[in-house]
Amino acid sequence: MKTSQGEGSAGTSIARGTEEGLHGAVAAGDSQAPRILLDDAGIRRSLMRIAHEIVERVESPSRLYLVAIPNGGIPLARQLAQNLREIADLVVPVGVLDTTLYRDDLLTTGERPALRRTEMPSAVDDHVVVLVDDVVKTGRTIRAAMDALMDFGRPQAVQVVGLVDRGHRELPIKLDYVGKNVPTHPGEQVRLQAQAGGPPDALEVVVVSRADEERRAAR
Amino acid sequence: MIGRDLLGIEDLERADIERILDTAEHMVEIGEREVKKVPTLRGRTIVNLFFEASTRTRASFEIAGKRLSADVVNFSPSSSSMKKAESILDTARTLDAMEPDAVVVRHAVAGVPKRIADVLGAPVINAGDGAHEHPTQALLDCFTVRREKGRIDGLTVAIVGDILHSRVARSDIYAFSKLGAEVRVAAPPPMIPVGIEALGVKSYTSLREALDGADVVMALRIQSERLTGAYFPSTREYSATFGIDRAKLRFAKDDAIVMHPGPVNRGVELSHDLADHRPSVILDQVRNGVALRMAVLYLFAGRPGGTRRARVNVAAAEVAS
Repeated sequence: MKTSQGEGSAGTSIARGTEEGLHGAVAAGDSQAPRILLDDAGIRRSLMRIAHEIVERVESPSRLYLVAIPNGGIPLARQLAQNLREIADLVVPVGVLDTTLYRDDLLTTGERPALRRTEMPSAVDDHVVVLVDDVVKTGRTIRAAMDALMDFGRPQAVQVVGLVDRGHRELPIKLDYVGKNVPTHPGEQVRLQAQAGGPPDALEVVVVSRADEERRAAR
Repeated sequence: MIGRDLLGIEDLERADIERILDTAEHMVEIGEREVKKVPTLRGRTIVNLFFEASTRTRASFEIAGKRLSADVVNFSPSSSSMKKAESILDTARTLDAMEPDAVVVRHAVAGVPKRIADVLGAPVINAGDGAHEHPTQALLDCFTVRREKGRIDGLTVAIVGDILHSRVARSDIYAFSKLGAEVRVAAPPPMIPVGIEALGVKSYTSLREALDGADVVMALRIQSERLTGAYFPSTREYSATFGIDRAKLRFAKDDAIVMHPGPVNRGVELSHDLADHRPSVILDQVRNGVALRMAVLYLFAGRPGGTRRARVNVAAAEVAS
């Protein structure tokens, strides 16, 4: 899907958070240009629609609490919070919750992954927590995020936003709000990154085949 | 890429040290939660093998392990029955049969953790060996300085006291130097080891010169139990010339911080007032120690393929033959 830049309706800055490690960014001029699944305008449209869906679906929007799963979820959650303020005058707290220490594969992979920041500005008790992730595949990260969340209190309900749902679920996890369903090959890598050669806050979701990835890593 | 054991700072690259400190930065947040526990090392066992008495370091490792959900077992064989190398290795092999995921070792003799690591399946973390190294103390010192000053590169760190007998001094010298700080040592001449300059430090017998322009003043504990020789005429004279108080601290930078690995001999290496109040950060060191040791356990303990059973069998075969 390739939409022209002019179609973006939510023309506000999406991502002061993009510098926070959307480090998969492909250098401009990369000859192995990855396939774009969702461009910046598409991402903004999805996040605006999802904001409307959240307002419609959640019974007590005053109790909303957005929790981003780093790194990709951070700019998305910030944009969702901004959209909620614009369309429903809601001021929604935005937390960041690293799931690394809750992963189920830590004891089976050799090198321990780097930790990312966790920052929960207020208690989650009795709030409707909406977890925000960029790409959802197996559901294992969402499982880890739910466990982590419970260490911070007892939310009234937990819902999940996935900007891209790839399928290939390995756990009984369903998304409440989806930006785009994309059937992909399990071997492909789908990621949110800063738009190659675009303005500093523009994002895109790309799909990279395993062969491309290996070529990239080899360089 | 971090190795299997943490035996000393000497073996670490700058990037390894930074990775440990960065990891500790995130562990701090867990200590600020109401539920101070994450499931990361659930089902893993950490053995604290302390041949030498220790309250603080052992408690710090124990809390760190428990916050990561590991089962922590304290094992403190008496030093006297452990003087022979064979019995140390016997103890290590016995422990190994219990399949721990990490063994934290403290011993009064330098090199024992390395010796144990050579025969043990599990990763070994050195919690202090003789006058050799105390890597987690140096790492928590660096971590504390980085949190206080925002950086380590370009700072001047003055270590004051019994450098000769101090494993903390050695590890601190390696750690701060590798991170780009200028390290100075200051003490009465008998307490400065010959050839210390080879480690890249400047040595001083004048406290005033050593402190001039220092960002960090690290006072070391005067271990009277180890000072049997004539290292200095009297505790009172040591305190008068090398004990840090507010007056002597004026030689250092205005915003200098004061550190001490604890426990403090109040009125000897630090004045009563400095032991308890800013700019000393002694309790921050203790607090940061838990986060730092969580980082070390996260990065070293229970990694798959992190056991050396094959090597143990080889070692056992050698012993049997």
